[in-house]
Amino acid sequence: MGLFILRRLGVMLLTALCLTFIVFFLTNLYPNLEKLAKTQGNFRMTDEAVASWLDDRGYVDNTFVKYGRWLGVAPGWVTEKEDGTVTGQCFAENAPVDERSTFCGVLQGDWGFSLVFKDDVSSLVATRLGATGKLMGFVLLVMVPMSLIVGVLAGMREGSGLDRSLSTFSIATTATPEYVSGVIFIAVFASSAFGLKWFKGSATQAIENATFENFTLPVLTIALYGMGYIARMTRASMTEVMTAQYIRTARLKGVSFGNIVLKHALRNALIAPFTVIMLQIPWLLNGVVIVETLFNYKGFGWLLVQAAGNNDIELLLAVSVVSVVVVLITQLISDIGYVFLNPRIRIS
Amino acid sequence: MEPLTWTGPLGQFLDPVLYVLSAIFLVAIAVQIMLGVTSGGSRVVTNPDGTLSSSGGAYDLSTTATKWLGLGLFLVVLAYAIVGIFAGPQVAGIIGGMSQQLTPVWIALILTFVVSIKFKRKLGLYGKLFDSTVGMIGFALVMFWVYAGVMAGLFDWITTHDSLSQVSGMKNKVPGTPMRGAEDGEYAWYLLGGDNLARDVFSRLFKGGWVVVQIAPLATVFAFMVGITLGLPAGYYGGRLDTFLSFLANLILAFPVILLFYLLVTPEIVATGIPNYMATVLFVFPLIFVGVLLNSRYYTQPSFRTPLLIIVMGVMGWIYLSLISDGGSKVAVLPEFLDLFDIDPGILVVFVSVVFVNAPTVFRIVRGLAMDIKTRDYVAAAQTRGEGPWYIMLWEILPNARGPLIVDFCLRIGYTTILLGTLGFFGLGLQSESPDWGTTINAGRRLLSAYPHPAIAPALSLLTMVLGLNLLADGLREESLKD
Repeated sequence: MGLFILRRLGVMLLTALCLTFIVFFLTNLYPNLEKLAKTQGNFRMTDEAVASWLDDRGYVDNTFVKYGRWLGVAPGWVTEKEDGTVTGQCFAENAPVDERSTFCGVLQGDWGFSLVFKDDVSSLVATRLGATGKLMGFVLLVMVPMSLIVGVLAGMREGSGLDRSLSTFSIATTATPEYVSGVIFIAVFASSAFGLKWFKGSATQAIENATFENFTLPVLTIALYGMGYIARMTRASMTEVMTAQYIRTARLKGVSFGNIVLKHALRNALIAPFTVIMLQIPWLLNGVVIVETLFNYKGFGWLLVQAAGNNDIELLLAVSVVSVVVVLITQLISDIGYVFLNPRIRIS
Repeated sequence: MEPLTWTGPLGQFLDPVLYVLSAIFLVAIAVQIMLGVTSGGSRVVTNPDGTLSSSGGAYDLSTTATKWLGLGLFLVVLAYAIVGIFAGPQVAGIIGGMSQQLTPVWIALILTFVVSIKFKRKLGLYGKLFDSTVGMIGFALVMFWVYAGVMAGLFDWITTHDSLSQVSGMKNKVPGTPMRGAEDGEYAWYLLGGDNLARDVFSRLFKGGWVVVQIAPLATVFAFMVGITLGLPAGYYGGRLDTFLSFLANLILAFPVILLFYLLVTPEIVATGIPNYMATVLFVFPLIFVGVLLNSRYYTQPSFRTPLLIIVMGVMGWIYLSLISDGGSKVAVLPEFLDLFDIDPGILVVFVSVVFVNAPTVFRIVRGLAMDIKTRDYVAAAQTRGEGPWYIMLWEILPNARGPLIVDFCLRIGYTTILLGTLGFFGLGLQSESPDWGTTINAGRRLLSAYPHPAIAPALSLLTMVLGLNLLADGLREESLKD
């Protein structure tokens, strides 16, 4: 088991390195840098001015060197201007010579500086991640119990009317992406056209003060799309368990149907959905990006859109590291959890 | 002229019926669900003469009630549509007007269903689809959008106005508004209202459907070609090749899709030509696939194989080269006079990124199927006969994996449609005046709380199309598992 986790961690590290390198490479292509120079400097810069702006800040070096700098394994750039002032990646302009550090990268705990938000990337990501954590927490709180209930109810009597209506419901939710359900929810529950102004169409205030009125629609929108898939997996696992020998035995002993479902079937039927729920979390990230854009909730997904739209390189790298880590860790947890939950594997 | 209401004068008779029926229908469904949880379901009773009959009591009664009420509702809706076809918007309102515009689609749908049901026993898996209600509903929804897209896109039949022209005074008008200053021969209403640039929402809806119907299935086919060509050897050989390819697939899958789209589809990246290089790599897979497929089958008859391969590869190669070489782009291998067609660079980028995102999942599915099927006896038999590995992969394993692959194909078209909508929703790739659904939703969402209709129409269309594909996949899965 220990070896298995170690190997998985190694693969995770390799994947994270490869992915960040791809992001780094794509964001550091020359047209992107040119746009960056022009938005940071001014839009009427000549080509020479752009080149020297980039050169002063170490942007035109070899991609591998730059990536090493970001990681913290290569020394940061140092530029000496003609008038003698020395600027560098790892120290302020006026820092004395002996206080200048050579390395400043992720390994040193320095995630860089966001050029769009004019703030440290690490603090930016941390606050936004907190906001998204709140959203995700509510989503999971709504989504997991609902989908498990729907799945178990549908799966306990395969082919019944209840099964068919609940299965159709879960198919319908998987066919409704967030931007469709979100638009419909806002139009029906928050617009003046339908007149039902039950909720708010914007969740901007929910960051500080989440109320039932401004947080219901975003949570519901994400939860609905993820629900269908988990419910269908739960249903499949439940129908499989309900045809098992020991359920028939219990039935023949005269155990009531409710007791069979709750005491005999449920625990075995919930092993498979656990894996599915864990693997669904990375997918929720997509939903988070869409919903945060639609409802103007300034969380992690909103940050991703801002970073990507403005080619804010260091912020974008931090965002992709976080999302990749989320994906890989949930995969790891689902693998380990499956082993621990399934008695057949655990005991052998 | 008077603005249209949703159901027009016809609604005065039919609307009350519809409301009452739907209310009873909802109650019946609720009762059925309650009874389904509490009672034991229907029971089979042995009659004195030895026959069996079901006596379900209350639960059975509620099932029958929902069935008949559902049929009644369907008939009422059908009445709206049929009256609309013949009487038009003045009698049957907006619904009737839309139904009248969609007449060719109804005819095509009815013909398809009549022919298919008549010959369903001779049509294999496709025919079996018509045994399952869910599958039929899904198929009808999908074919509705396919026919509507083709007729609106190729023949300009369904649309009432030009999808790009703006009419003064029609900005953000509600559905059914008469067109200001309509001349003779022009359609006199904006059936689904006007958007924020005073364009007709109804016409843009169906033009947008055409964009989706064009891109989604084709992109899925390409993703399948890539996934099959790489997944079969990975599953069949295993070992290093499998480890390497699986690592690559997991790498792409670990990327958040939207980040990937932002990285690939921005104008700056397009300027570097990376999407064109990716297109060059991804579009070569159908060539490899077909080439290997034919070669592995006919290599024992060189006199037949060689001319066949030359012709097929020649045609496909030419199409491939014209596809990737484009006037202004980085990849221009073919000279201008040999270039068959140029595709819009925006569409190419969208296409490439959608294929790129979908291919790894297909790869994983095919790899899993190949690993499972390669242990079967018929594969061992083919190996003993001395067949080559590619023959076994493409002519023994692949046909036996077709069931799950067909089901996944339907689901994946739906997912591709969702991805296209996502791209449009973030304003990536396609031009901002493009009528496709995602872009329209993006344009409409800013005024959502005041004027929801321009965003709701494409949202519901996307919903019905993806729902149709999912139901179709469900029906196919059910029917393919039956034997």
